[in-house]
Amino acid sequence: MEKYHLYHLDHLDQLESEAIHIFREVAGQFEKPVLLFSGGKDSITLVHLALRAFRPGNFPFPLLHIDTGHNFPEVLQFRDALVHEIGEQLIVRKVEDTMRSKNLPEPKGKFASRNALQTFTLLDAIEEFKFDACIGGARRDEEKARAKERIFSVRDEFGQWDPKLQRPELWNIYNGKIHKGENVRVFPISNWTELDIWNYIKRHQIALPSIYFAHQREVIEYEGQLVAVSPFIQIAEDDCITTKQVRYRTVGDMSCTAAIESTATNIDDIIAEIIATKTSERGETRIDDKVSEAAMEDRKKNGYF
Amino acid sequence: MDILRFITAGSVDDGKSTLIGRLLYDSKSIMIDQLTAIQQQTKHKALGEIDLALLTDGLRAEREQGITIDVAYKYFSTPKRKFIIADAPGHVQYTRNMVTGASNANLIIILIDARNGVVEQTKRHSIIAALLKIPHVIIAINKMDMVDYSEDTFNNIVIDYAAVAESLGLNNITYLPISALNGDNIVEKSELLSWYDGPSLLSLLENISIHQDVNLNITRFPVQYVIRPQSPEWHDYRGYAGKLISGILKQGDAVTVLPEGLTTTIDYIEHNGKKVNEAFAPQSIVLHLKDDIDVSRGNLIVPSHQLPTVSKEITTLICWMDAKPLQKGNRYWLQINSTMVKCMVSEIQYALDVNTLEQKNNVSYIGLNEIAKIVLKTASPLAFDSYNTLSANGGAILIDEATNVTVGACMLQ
Repeated sequence: MEKYHLYHLDHLDQLESEAIHIFREVAGQFEKPVLLFSGGKDSITLVHLALRAFRPGNFPFPLLHIDTGHNFPEVLQFRDALVHEIGEQLIVRKVEDTMRSKNLPEPKGKFASRNALQTFTLLDAIEEFKFDACIGGARRDEEKARAKERIFSVRDEFGQWDPKLQRPELWNIYNGKIHKGENVRVFPISNWTELDIWNYIKRHQIALPSIYFAHQREVIEYEGQLVAVSPFIQIAEDDCITTKQVRYRTVGDMSCTAAIESTATNIDDIIAEIIATKTSERGETRIDDKVSEAAMEDRKKNGYF
Repeated sequence: MDILRFITAGSVDDGKSTLIGRLLYDSKSIMIDQLTAIQQQTKHKALGEIDLALLTDGLRAEREQGITIDVAYKYFSTPKRKFIIADAPGHVQYTRNMVTGASNANLIIILIDARNGVVEQTKRHSIIAALLKIPHVIIAINKMDMVDYSEDTFNNIVIDYAAVAESLGLNNITYLPISALNGDNIVEKSELLSWYDGPSLLSLLENISIHQDVNLNITRFPVQYVIRPQSPEWHDYRGYAGKLISGILKQGDAVTVLPEGLTTTIDYIEHNGKKVNEAFAPQSIVLHLKDDIDVSRGNLIVPSHQLPTVSKEITTLICWMDAKPLQKGNRYWLQINSTMVKCMVSEIQYALDVNTLEQKNNVSYIGLNEIAKIVLKTASPLAFDSYNTLSANGGAILIDEATNVTVGACMLQ
């Protein structure tokens, strides 16, 4: 009994070890993996875990940012500083270039989002670099289609997910065998919740872009959500622009990510706020998830993360 | 805080998804927007109350058919524990999905409809629990509201189930009367079940001891990846990265590298970039060995006084998961942790009738969702333990050479 108290990992250490194990399985099984980096807290946590998995060696993969052109400037600055600090390779592929080469129209509407177009750019990048494994920061607690997805999720040559034909995934054994042209999406932090991420960030003092913390910002209120004033959204005459103290719970495009009113200026405040909240992360901040009940499932079937 | 992973199993209408919905709802793990969404869907379905089952069914096909097809993972925590629920389908055609969900579970909740008692599905789910050696079993006798909260009904089912459990060698069983729909004995103890003197389901889940579920007595370290920076600063660095799947390793331990059998000692151990004197399961670490020997992904490092079986002939129980049957002479990839070898089915010893537990001899093939005992011949020696002794190094998968799909779950003997 004594032994079991002495040699015991708490939940964050267990989740960390599980994620590092998954990272190393990717390194051991694939020729051309890549880590998808959005600049959000989940992908920043992935980078931190990769450092733990592979240092003092280099990452056996580059980072890939699918740039919609609708970024928060703070996040881009953060991205570049982080990449510089860790000395790893960053590849950026722009949705704008895909739109030009494929002659895709600019999405229309008040909050015209290029979110759906990212899939084209991602699939093009996979094709260009022949990536066989794409590591992403999706979590199963985020959304119910994600709750169904395996940690190693095989996609066909069109990047499509077939939820009815998922490989059984047993114990901690990950089957990464694929045919040429297919790829595997790998989710090392599948079993983490939003709160786990924040507690982990706190424990290891991981730096984040400033927009996660409360700050003053010009916003408009639309159907109960606060959207930052930016060149990427259309502001109508009857929209009321106000300055509010807000923070972001997730980082996506400026055009489709909503802010929340908050006074949380440090991680402890944020953790307290999340514990008290009554709304889910995506429900509160993602304008793009509300389109239909199966919005995420449909996007995944088409190659999205 | 630690993590308890559990799976829920039951027949189609035993109220499994309702139970999970209830646990999430009563432990306040459901957010307003999620609740609003299911309230709207409940209206679509023209039902009266909120259908808590809608919380777990994540795919469109599942919501349309009102059934669970694949495992959904759900998360909640209390101040005591983080919980990971594998909500697995109960129907026989989705047995493989249930096995997927069960393979990592510390605990299984098997639901029994109080009106129906122990049925075929109950037995099948119990066989899976026994096969996979799930350490803890809760038999939740549900829909007690439909049998007037009768103690006699409960007791009769307990007697019936105890016989099944005994025939399977299932231990660590707790029996619990509940009504998932009404929330009786889920989070709070129910006054309607005052004759039951045990704790509520949530209280059970919070307090079951799971320390021993990690084996700290037998040490196994599968090498996943070799870290070689080859930079001027780290010129001679060569670290073996992996997760200690069981046991404890210390600096200076005499170890053997399998399957080759070379021996050396542990020079030092790194955990998260820092040197440590010892490491324990399930930590991910980097190992440095004294001697310059050939070690790569797929090797298993073990203490020299604690050798596993190393063999090219392996007897195993298998749960078959593919529509294309398993036959003698078929070739597959066998993957155990980070080791992959080619193998061939050299013998089918028997198939197990999952309803009667009878062994059927002289079978020529094993079909989808069937359980069998077979013998595999591997192309090179494999280092493994018996699943019953050390599941962390005794569970393996078979992969189809042509489709690359995982087709079998093996419990090595």
